[in-house]
Amino acid sequence: MSNAKNTTQVAIIGAGPGGYPAAFLSADLGLEVTIIDPEDNPGGVCLYRGCIPSKALLHTAKVITEAEHSKNWGVTFSKPKIDLDKLRDWKNGVVEKLVGGLGQLSRQRKVTYLQGRATFLDSNTLEIKKTDGETAELKFEYAVIATGSRPVQIPGFPNDSPHLLDSTSALDLPDIPKTMLVVGGGYIGLELGTVYAALGTEVSVVEMTSGLMPGADRDLVRVLQKSSEHIYESIMLNTKVVDIQETKKALQVTFQGEGVEEKELVFDKVLVSVGRRPNSENLGLENTKVGIDSQGFIKIDGQRRTSDPNIFAIGDVAGEPMLAHKATHEGRVVAQVLAGKNVVFEPNAIPAVVFTDPEIAWCGLTETEAKENKIPVKVARFPWGASGRATTLDRNDGVTKLIIDPETDRVLGMGIVGPGAGELIAQGVLAIEMSALAADIELMIHAHPTLSETVMESAEVYYGLSTHMYKPKRER
Amino acid sequence: MTIEYKLPDLGEDIETGDVIGVFVSAGDTVAQDQSLIEIETDKAAIEIPAPAGGTIKEVHVKEGDTIKVGQLLVTIEDGRGKGKEPEPKESDNKPADNEDEKIEKLAEEEVKLEINTDPEPNKDIEIKAEDEPLELFPERKEPSPDPREGKQEQITPDKTGPVSSKKAPASPSVRRLARELGVDINLVSGSGPGGRISGDDVKNYTPEKKSKSKGEKKAPKTATMKAAEPRGSVDTDKWGETERTPMSKVRRLTAERLSEAWKAPHVTQFDKADITELEKLRKEFGQEVAKAGGKLTMTSIILKVIASALKVFPQFNASVDMENGEIIYKKYYNIGVAVDTDRGLLVPIIKNANKKNITKLSVEMSKLSEKARNKKISVDELQGGTFTISNLGGLGGTYFSPVLNAPQVAILGISRSVVEPVYIEGDFKPRLMLPLSLSYDHRLIDGADAVRFLRWVIEALEEPFKLPLEG
Repeated sequence: MSNAKNTTQVAIIGAGPGGYPAAFLSADLGLEVTIIDPEDNPGGVCLYRGCIPSKALLHTAKVITEAEHSKNWGVTFSKPKIDLDKLRDWKNGVVEKLVGGLGQLSRQRKVTYLQGRATFLDSNTLEIKKTDGETAELKFEYAVIATGSRPVQIPGFPNDSPHLLDSTSALDLPDIPKTMLVVGGGYIGLELGTVYAALGTEVSVVEMTSGLMPGADRDLVRVLQKSSEHIYESIMLNTKVVDIQETKKALQVTFQGEGVEEKELVFDKVLVSVGRRPNSENLGLENTKVGIDSQGFIKIDGQRRTSDPNIFAIGDVAGEPMLAHKATHEGRVVAQVLAGKNVVFEPNAIPAVVFTDPEIAWCGLTETEAKENKIPVKVARFPWGASGRATTLDRNDGVTKLIIDPETDRVLGMGIVGPGAGELIAQGVLAIEMSALAADIELMIHAHPTLSETVMESAEVYYGLSTHMYKPKRER
Repeated sequence: MTIEYKLPDLGEDIETGDVIGVFVSAGDTVAQDQSLIEIETDKAAIEIPAPAGGTIKEVHVKEGDTIKVGQLLVTIEDGRGKGKEPEPKESDNKPADNEDEKIEKLAEEEVKLEINTDPEPNKDIEIKAEDEPLELFPERKEPSPDPREGKQEQITPDKTGPVSSKKAPASPSVRRLARELGVDINLVSGSGPGGRISGDDVKNYTPEKKSKSKGEKKAPKTATMKAAEPRGSVDTDKWGETERTPMSKVRRLTAERLSEAWKAPHVTQFDKADITELEKLRKEFGQEVAKAGGKLTMTSIILKVIASALKVFPQFNASVDMENGEIIYKKYYNIGVAVDTDRGLLVPIIKNANKKNITKLSVEMSKLSEKARNKKISVDELQGGTFTISNLGGLGGTYFSPVLNAPQVAILGISRSVVEPVYIEGDFKPRLMLPLSLSYDHRLIDGADAVRFLRWVIEALEEPFKLPLEG
């Protein structure tokens, strides 16, 4: 046992984008907080092995792609030289800078940071195995489980092979392989595929369903799919990987399905990105009353309380959507609950952004969901072909659309595909959360020339009165 | 088993309330959640639902009572024998695996726990049989006052599903406000574009609107007024103690009618009548009238004078039809006399006053005011007036400006007569002077007419011969 205090008001397990905001706000609201995480600084997967390093690399990819693209405008660069070590260092530097900052913020708030892993002994006690080898018990009044998720492994694949990557090892940039297969056409596979393709790898994508980005509205994905055809060697849809065999320097992959030209292909690297699963095991939850559903998510109520009244759960471990910003908001809700405030997690719009090229972003109700749930909506689309700003970027391939309640004209959802979609979506969140009407957006002056004008013009399209797109008028 | 149902904790620091409606009486059969009583607190009017179905054995409160949280309201016999297994309270959820059941059970335990968290256990509810979790306000899922104290909301795996058009159109801060005030945002109707809910909409939301919209509960008697007046606009609590009492029906009608009448442009003409001689006559003939069963009062004399004056000045016995731009002259002379009663102001009408002599008018006046004070007056006797007299002289005062009794266009106020020195023919002489105040509707009557009318009345009072001569 260490001589440190062995009780705490709030114990937070996991210092990712759910855990650290929960810890910081709890401390700001006057609670005594201990946070337990195996890394030496807060940050979690998002900062160490997810959002942040992937965005650093995607920025690199964007510069490379745009440099190449600029030959259309009379500016030709020679083929880029990639210093992989330097690129890796820069990416790691970005991560270090951010997590170091979080460590400092944590100390300034007097949050006790224990480097190690925690398991529940009962509903009020944690056992902490510290990284330095010590084991300690920690009594808590309230615990917040924020242990996140990890990439799903497919049993039977050579998961220990250095040629088989998951998102974590892919972000480590071990080398730039000549060929790579991305298994799974979701956002993680497509983002990392974009990075490696820009670095010079011939990337192929295999997806089990009929399209990339399952779940996203097809009209948005179609734009991405079209541009992906230039980025990737091949995109095999409705296709399954049935077997992967490790050879000396590569992996031999056996396919089955519609998109198969050759049944067997060899790739230098295979990136498996078929989803993530919640880290709800090995936490000693069996010693508490915390319940878990069939998919491994911890069951929670509106306040993110588990079936054990003293224990809360937030972020990926507590259910879909597995998004950092959702976890952050949950963490802040829980901190306020712990501080005695009567609040619940009740967003009307959680934005989702895919940082591919072009980016896809949406929030609120999607067209797909509206159809599935038979919610009557009107969709107002503004193609970027009519946008001045998009034209100056030589990127007329985008679309902005609003999903609108025809009865009240209220904006229920927004979807965008195009460069910068991830930034533009914030306006959709604001509109939906503030219950804005299409007329409200139509009447707001948007700066010219910007891509944000496409949001305003979508609202104009809804009323059949778009400046830059002629459409027959509809009754107000 | 017998349930002694006490006024539950209503939240929002409400400790007492006035009973403004009792919807049940002993012997009634009630269903669970049926409204038992309605109380008005300083925050809102609240209907208290039955905690369980059964037969009312006794009602312990009555309308007008001020009751406290924890005070016994009703005794309900729920028909179930002592020790009988209470019906399991099934949640609406589909039967799920063991895990879910466990959580549900847990949730129920928590509800129990919540009821019992009071320092005095079972202060609010005493159930003289097996304990059974009771939900006092089933449709109002209020979070516990201290959210940390283990209230389990229903656990759903994913609360972040798609936004549907059914989600309340309110901004995040307004949604939080609603939660703080214990208001279900989904029940609030928004006043903004597209039904957007503002903070004020949430603050002005009162639960009885909800019950009305459900249309299953007995509508409280006072429903119309309440809906029209959003609560919370007047709150004098911060300046001192206040008490809220419901308006009586007479008070409410008076308020409504006078507010309506006030819309007409009023002018009041003041003057005095020398009634020295008249008063002598009144005393002289008083006995005769008394024999006939009436009391010869200044009011009954003035009734006669007014009936005559109205014939001479027909625009004072009229009303205005602004919509059609017409004046309605009435060919009948029904004069109302305001009477102060326990219930408030009533105005019985002397019909066809012009056809009655002063004795008859006195007798009828005596009868009608007696009826009005004894609550025996009929609706018919309160309707059809063309002019009103209000005599406050019995109580004192010099002048006052009466408000018209719409659609009438004039009203005469009488104050207390006083002996004053009046300069007559070079000398001050003591004369009994009666102050008169004539309010009139300036839309129809001009100032000069009003002076003429009032002077005519005064001269008739001063020179009784004028009446048979001109009237």
